[in-house]
Amino acid sequence: MDRLYFEDFPPGEIVEYGDAPVTAEAIVEFAKAFDPQPFHLDEEAARASMAGGLIASGWHTAAMLMRMNCDGFLNRSAGQGGPGVEALDWLKPVRPGDRLRTRRTTLSARPSRSRPALGVVAFLFEVLNQNAEIVMTQKNPVFFLRRAAGETPR
Amino acid sequence: MIGLFYEDHRVGQAVAVGAHEFTREAIIAFARAYDPQPFHLDDAAGAASLYGSLCASGWHTASVCMRLIIDYRQAQRAAAAARGEPLPPLGLGAGVRDLRWPNPVRPGDVVAYSARIDAMRETRRPQWGIIGVHAIGVDQLGREVLAYSSQALVARRGD
Repeated sequence: MDRLYFEDFPPGEIVEYGDAPVTAEAIVEFAKAFDPQPFHLDEEAARASMAGGLIASGWHTAAMLMRMNCDGFLNRSAGQGGPGVEALDWLKPVRPGDRLRTRRTTLSARPSRSRPALGVVAFLFEVLNQNAEIVMTQKNPVFFLRRAAGETPR
Repeated sequence: MIGLFYEDHRVGQAVAVGAHEFTREAIIAFARAYDPQPFHLDDAAGAASLYGSLCASGWHTASVCMRLIIDYRQAQRAAAAARGEPLPPLGLGAGVRDLRWPNPVRPGDVVAYSARIDAMRETRRPQWGIIGVHAIGVDQLGREVLAYSSQALVARRGD
């Protein structure tokens, strides 16, 4: 299978992928481990809260985006992770029964100054639900090996 | 010690919220569920990667920080309830800026997390204010492994 390298992410490209069903069980499982607040754990408690019903932890939504990115392109790429995230915004609640997908826009791509084997690609990820509402946006760079440099990072 | 209502916060207040050991099993389990990139799953792939060894997903490092902040908050709420004090409704997070993973977290690393209030502002809604928190995680050798700034709604006492 052809792997995706730095050179395969032209700025301006927009790609959509992912179809992640959100279940109450998955919301509660993540929340029990990492974000045990009532509106992520229990439908009845959530109805009485500002969430108005059970909602996914924002960190869970970010983890779901990560998974869609792995399945959608990273795991057939020469991706080497990333240094961080510039901006992450939770715009709408994610609820049981939602189906999430990702729209990825390539913002910029430049060779790494300090590591010649790598390039840095900046992406905007928009997570959409089944009603085409944007529930989360995330802007972050990802490191990729450069095709010319082969597969071994220096 | 930081209070529960918006008015109880002051810019510059800081708390240590706890430390967490990242086991190999937990690193791999998180990665299998949410971030199955080879360098989070497998020693050989980790050794061949930019990071030089198996390392935790950055989302794992950040999610553990959230857990420890929530545990700290809930202990405060329990203590306030035991004193018969009113408890504010819980607010939701709005977003995160400048989330960074400056160093990898490897199996056996122990990360100590702390949080500092770095911004406060009122909103148009009289019952809620916005608190900005700068959170960091530092490993057992003093290397920073996580940093971010987040914003969340916190209920106002209204006095």
